[in-house]
Amino acid sequence: MTITQPDIAAMISIRGLRKSFGEHVVLNGIDFDVMPSQVVVIIGPSGSGKSTFLRCCNGLEQAEGGLVEICGQTLVNEGRMLPDAKLNALREEVGMVFQSFNLFPHLSVRDNITLGPRKLRGLSPAQAQTEADALLHKVGLTHKADAMPASLSGGQKQRVAIARALAMKPRVMLFDEPTSALDPELVGEVLQVMKLLASEGMTMMVVTHEMGFAKEVADVVVVMDGGGIIESGSPETIFTKPQQARTREFLHAVLSRA
Amino acid sequence: MMELDFSPVGSGWPQLLEGALVTIEITSISLVLGCALGLVVGIGRLNPARRLVYGLCTAYVAAIRGTPLLVQLFILFFGLPQFGILLPAFVCGVWGLGVYSGAYVSEIVRGAIQSVDRGQMEAARSIGLSSSQAMHSVILPQALVRMIPPLGNEFIALIKNSALVSLLTIHDLMHEGQKIISVSYRSLEVYLAIAVLYFVLTGLTTLALRKLEQHLKAGGMVQ
Repeated sequence: MTITQPDIAAMISIRGLRKSFGEHVVLNGIDFDVMPSQVVVIIGPSGSGKSTFLRCCNGLEQAEGGLVEICGQTLVNEGRMLPDAKLNALREEVGMVFQSFNLFPHLSVRDNITLGPRKLRGLSPAQAQTEADALLHKVGLTHKADAMPASLSGGQKQRVAIARALAMKPRVMLFDEPTSALDPELVGEVLQVMKLLASEGMTMMVVTHEMGFAKEVADVVVVMDGGGIIESGSPETIFTKPQQARTREFLHAVLSRA
Repeated sequence: MMELDFSPVGSGWPQLLEGALVTIEITSISLVLGCALGLVVGIGRLNPARRLVYGLCTAYVAAIRGTPLLVQLFILFFGLPQFGILLPAFVCGVWGLGVYSGAYVSEIVRGAIQSVDRGQMEAARSIGLSSSQAMHSVILPQALVRMIPPLGNEFIALIKNSALVSLLTIHDLMHEGQKIISVSYRSLEVYLAIAVLYFVLTGLTTLALRKLEQHLKAGGMVQ
């Protein structure tokens, strides 16, 4: 097998990515490029390795084989991770939003957002607060700046989590099933914010079951199954004329549910 | 049957109070020592991959928890002088209790840290914080709140265990009580008085910790 060179124009470039948990192979050699301002939506049945794939892109999971490059910097190469100090700096470039929000429960909404900028970007408390308030305005939560996370709804929590990630001024945003833990009526407000980001040209990788979002916002839809990418293409191609039988089965199962 | 006679307690109470002050002093200092030691050792036992640190910390906890406090105190006070190391009784008492307590506190620290959801560390690391920054700003503040109830137990155990230092000639509450007994022969009355004084000390500690927990709850630190 010949491994092609990583694409230097890409925001994220992945070659031959492999990962297993013990005996269980989760990712079996993934090649993929995310170009600047692209919105990549990753779909596929549960257990197909979507989340692990995403988590390898900011080093929360350590890939065992292959190469991951972010903004031209090597994150991991054949199991060798970037040293910690550089890894931390690289993570500032890559925002992450989790299914379970993971807001810091002991900090107010505003302090959740300002923690990173104050510690890492050297902002004064006043500067950090000004930026945080602008981000809260953007996600529509200006009135919740002083609230504690426990008092927020799921949709509000996730919008704060997005603002927290944006506060580091990342060049890429990763979303790991951002709406899966939400009550159905709260999904829309989170997707709205994500659409706004996409329209502003943010490079995004999104693992989701929201097919409507994929159809509407994605530049590329990636279908994963069994630890690999079985198919990728524009939303029209994937949703109207998928090439793979497994893609058709998956889409049929997901879309007939609704 | 003999009648109870509390007059030795009545005349000896300044002595008992002085002893109680020594008990408070010795437990407070060893408490601080135990907490500092427990924090370091508890964090040292989080990551088995760092073999040396993990091994040393684990050995410390095993040795201290696996042997009687009285034996540890006697080794410090009666054993070390054989090597020419003569520590004052008070120093032996404080270090003995502090090191003993540190082993238990370290398990409380480790348990509390590990009880914080893994997603908290992931979220902190994914905004770019180093592991020590994440520990300091995100994990420990949450873990500290969860440590309060088990630490309360540990503090109370420490107050009661401190009675053992009376055997190192330290003039604590227990020691002062025994001095009164040695001249009055009123064991039951004096020991009852000692028990009441210990009960007051542990009770006050319980109340103080309850207040602290309520205060943190009011501040939104605890859900």
